[in-house]
Amino acid sequence: MLLLAGAVPIDKLPLLIGEIEVNEQRVRIGGHDLPINRGNEAMMAAACLISQEYGVESPVGLVAGDIGKRDGSVKIYEYLAENLPNMNVGVLTLHYIMPDLKRNKKVLATLDTMKEKPILIADAGSMYVAKAGGDSHYYDVFTPDLGETAFLADDKADHPSFTRGFIFHMENNVPELIRRAYASNNAAPTMFVKGKVDYICHDGEILYTIDQPSVPTMEPIGGTGDLITGMISGLIHAGKSPVDACLIAGHVNRKAGELSQPTPATQVSDILKFIPAALEEVLAQQG
Amino acid sequence: MKWFRTNTVEKEDISSMQEDLTRGLLIFAHPTTVISVEEVLKDEGYEIRVVSPPTQYRTGCDLCVEFPLAEEAAITELLNTTGLEPLDVVPITSKGMEPLQFVRKKDFGQYLMVRAANMKMTVDKTTKTIVNISGGGCPDVPHLATEMIGKRLRDAPNPGEVGFSLCAYSLNTAREEIIKKIGD
Repeated sequence: MLLLAGAVPIDKLPLLIGEIEVNEQRVRIGGHDLPINRGNEAMMAAACLISQEYGVESPVGLVAGDIGKRDGSVKIYEYLAENLPNMNVGVLTLHYIMPDLKRNKKVLATLDTMKEKPILIADAGSMYVAKAGGDSHYYDVFTPDLGETAFLADDKADHPSFTRGFIFHMENNVPELIRRAYASNNAAPTMFVKGKVDYICHDGEILYTIDQPSVPTMEPIGGTGDLITGMISGLIHAGKSPVDACLIAGHVNRKAGELSQPTPATQVSDILKFIPAALEEVLAQQG
Repeated sequence: MKWFRTNTVEKEDISSMQEDLTRGLLIFAHPTTVISVEEVLKDEGYEIRVVSPPTQYRTGCDLCVEFPLAEEAAITELLNTTGLEPLDVVPITSKGMEPLQFVRKKDFGQYLMVRAANMKMTVDKTTKTIVNISGGGCPDVPHLATEMIGKRLRDAPNPGEVGFSLCAYSLNTAREEIIKKIGD
């Protein structure tokens, strides 16, 4: 099972768990429609589309409402800590959530009790709390953008907002940021670093870079990174290795962006709908 | 030159130790409460800094206010009267880290994007409308994006007032930079 977990921006929405259904405008979990703007919903929609294209079972969503008050995030942490061993999860992706060091460590302690651990992917708040807790070694894949890569490279920072200036200013030297992140044990074995050039790394080495097609107007669009995380999750669920999943997702995301002909005002749902066509094109090119 | 440097370092070390022994931290539940407190205390002329909290108070998304301990009574009384009571007040012996204030700007012609730490905000320069918000990892970011996108800067909610996280704090840094650059 591919389990996708994270908070959604609907105040007081109860904890929901169920198979995810998707169309162009919304994802549906446990009978509730959630609009696709960015964040977890965009990530879930992309994972669903990839699962459909590869003919594998739909992902399961675990969400709760949280607009920053921690309430929904706490429910998600606690549900995972109590129930993960009984859920038969093969791939677990954790995304937007309020960082909570103690509760995340409880989830990781539960994972320690499992004979067969799921492949663990983290982005956004889940990646922040993993790094801040010194727990990156539990995870298999991180998908940081440049600002987050600088955070992973700064062994003193607990949150991207605390990244020190001299590291923030290293962003024109992404390989150095990646080297620092691995050297300080704050990276996951596989990393997809999202940026003008995407870097796919494994065990400290940059294996691939992707810079074409180049669509500069994608940078301001909220949720494009979430699509990448969702596609990587769906591709690993479909049997790809983490590195191959990153490679395909990186190319598909850029192709979908190109097909959508975006402006800086484009919304992510306008890119999402091009994922199936972009996937087809990328797989055809790869033979 | 060497002699000069050595003496300078010693001087800094001593003054830093003395300063550490005379400062404390005001702890709050949410980073954005800290933004309000920062405004109130700076308006009153107090020498304060917004910094990361000590380990025992750390959840992974926090800010607190470093202040001169000698002013504790006056500051806590002021905060109590403004409804901004701290959860705790603790003396400190080492300095906390300050949040990143650097920003990067990218001009897309009709649009301007500003990034602060992990947060990006993009506006239409002509209409001053927020057209996109990207980045971040705390759950108030998707909420803030929903509330702010499509609104003119002056009409959109201030993430420093309605957000709860450090991502909201950084988003507010980006917003303030945009307003400084093109108005609201």
